[in-house]
Amino acid sequence: MKKILVCIALSIVLAACGEQTKTNDSIDSDPSLSGQQQGGDDRSGAVSGTIDGEGVAGGSALAGGKLVSYEKNAIYDANNVLSARIIYFAYDSNEVPEDQVELVKHHGKYLSFNPEAKLRLEGHADERGTREYNIALAERRADAVKRLMQFEGADASQITVVSYGEEKPISFGHDDESWQLNRRVEIVYE
Amino acid sequence: MKKILLSILLFALSHSAQAILKIDITEGVEGALPIAIVPFKWNGPKVINGDVSAIVLSDLARSGQFSPLAESDLIAQPQKPEDIHFKTWRVAGMDHLVIGNVNRLPDGKYQVQFRLFDVLKGKQVLGYSFPATEKTLRSVAHQISDYIFTALTGEPGAFNTRIAYVTVQRDKVNGSVSKLQVSDTDGYNPQTLLTSDEPIMSPVWSPDGSRLAYVSFEKGKAEIYTHNIHTGVRELQSSYPGLNGSPAWSPDGSKLALTLSKDGNPEIYILKLSDKTLQRVTNHWAIDTEAVWMPDGKSLIFTSSRSGKPQLYQLFLQSGNSKDITKIRPKRLTFDGSYNASASVSADGKLLAFVQGVGSNYRIALMTLATKNTMVLTHGEMDESPEFAPNNSMVLFATEENNNAVLAGVSIDGKHKQRLAFTEGEVREPSWAAVRD
Repeated sequence: MKKILVCIALSIVLAACGEQTKTNDSIDSDPSLSGQQQGGDDRSGAVSGTIDGEGVAGGSALAGGKLVSYEKNAIYDANNVLSARIIYFAYDSNEVPEDQVELVKHHGKYLSFNPEAKLRLEGHADERGTREYNIALAERRADAVKRLMQFEGADASQITVVSYGEEKPISFGHDDESWQLNRRVEIVYE
Repeated sequence: MKKILLSILLFALSHSAQAILKIDITEGVEGALPIAIVPFKWNGPKVINGDVSAIVLSDLARSGQFSPLAESDLIAQPQKPEDIHFKTWRVAGMDHLVIGNVNRLPDGKYQVQFRLFDVLKGKQVLGYSFPATEKTLRSVAHQISDYIFTALTGEPGAFNTRIAYVTVQRDKVNGSVSKLQVSDTDGYNPQTLLTSDEPIMSPVWSPDGSRLAYVSFEKGKAEIYTHNIHTGVRELQSSYPGLNGSPAWSPDGSKLALTLSKDGNPEIYILKLSDKTLQRVTNHWAIDTEAVWMPDGKSLIFTSSRSGKPQLYQLFLQSGNSKDITKIRPKRLTFDGSYNASASVSADGKLLAFVQGVGSNYRIALMTLATKNTMVLTHGEMDESPEFAPNNSMVLFATEENNNAVLAGVSIDGKHKQRLAFTEGEVREPSWAAVRD
């Protein structure tokens, strides 16, 4: 079980970070997490949120100003980076695109810090091609997301993969724009 | 979990007045055989939805191989063999003539008779008499169509069987509702077997026409069921972790080929229905799916991405369980183009209909297995799910027309086309039963 993360000393937030006890290698080496703050204890791996009501300075690590936090209720916070739940794929590709790897990693880390948490990865394909083949393609996409999450410390038992192929489109046009919106993996916390 | 709207209805033979599925001929009767069908004589009131001769005319026209004379163009309406003046029909350009009658019996049942004549020879080719009830008049008409079709083309008729298909209706209130439906081959008597707000896919008829196998997502993931159309009894056949898809009945009805990814990757397996034992067929890092059986049961044709993109392969199965099928190398069948998938085999095993993708255009192509010669049957752009009629002459498939998802049919020479339009919602994934159970 992962232990507590460390707040990197920034101006306003030191008060909220009084309880950290351990460092984590990945934090030190990963500049995008410089604004991260975690309260917590070192009893079990559970991270309990103690973000001070004063505000969450330092959440500017990501574009769009979304907060990065893996405390248990983070998935209910619309301002948290974890509120983004759809990964879009390039045509004919089963690899998580570069620009979305970070997002997948955040969800993976959340799972890693919250061993009770579970999610479903729902894989989808655009309408082109045959239906059963697209079921297999969409599963491959969801599997790619799962592997990335596991690399960040999520356990396989926390992630269920379901493929819908082209059966559940969210966009109904017959053009590139619609097809891109449908080529996706959706993250659904259970 | 989303609330699931689900109902499973017993398939009870009922007779709706309205065909929800309409069938229009859209192209080409060139080369079709001219035939005159005289409206059958009724000794009592004609049954509205049991107009036998009208159904026969519609069946033969729909096959694309016949060009029946319109009733208003009939030069005469003989009721008995002795009333026929063959010379007049020869002059009118008719090769064949059909006459018949429907007699209502005192007990409310019917006796249907028909005779097929060769106009040039001036002789009867065949004639039959059928007992019928009001409910079975349509079926009797389809049997007559089968007899006439076979007598004049040498091919089995496939009119008196059933088709199954999936419909999807979407609206803002209910979201998306999918139905698995069964109807006569002319679209009449549609019956809903399954209603769900999760997807339904890949319906396939058992060889004896009594059951359908299909994929249902009703529990939030794909599972394969078999479903008896008369009793409504369903049996869950496959619910492994990962994919459960692409069911295909073996020709003897005892097994299902299917796609599972439980061992880490989409592979093909054969499930023996009697004891649920699984035999693995493929073992390759590529996607292997969409298996169908050759009519002799000795090999499978399936889609694999093992050469990079989806292509069709044939795999010969060893008899007996001792040999490890996964060690047998499949033979690649398609080499033209970068996307060839979703094969359907003709009843005589000689032809393969499949989906061929060129760029973003997906159309139906036909391969002669002996020579590997391929011809394009349709122009696309979103054609899929080709399904051979249980004879060897027509392919049903799903297509888009004016943004509507509809079913269409094309003859194997590509010349005769027809559209089966569902008047509500989208229709897709047709399966054509070989026999009527």
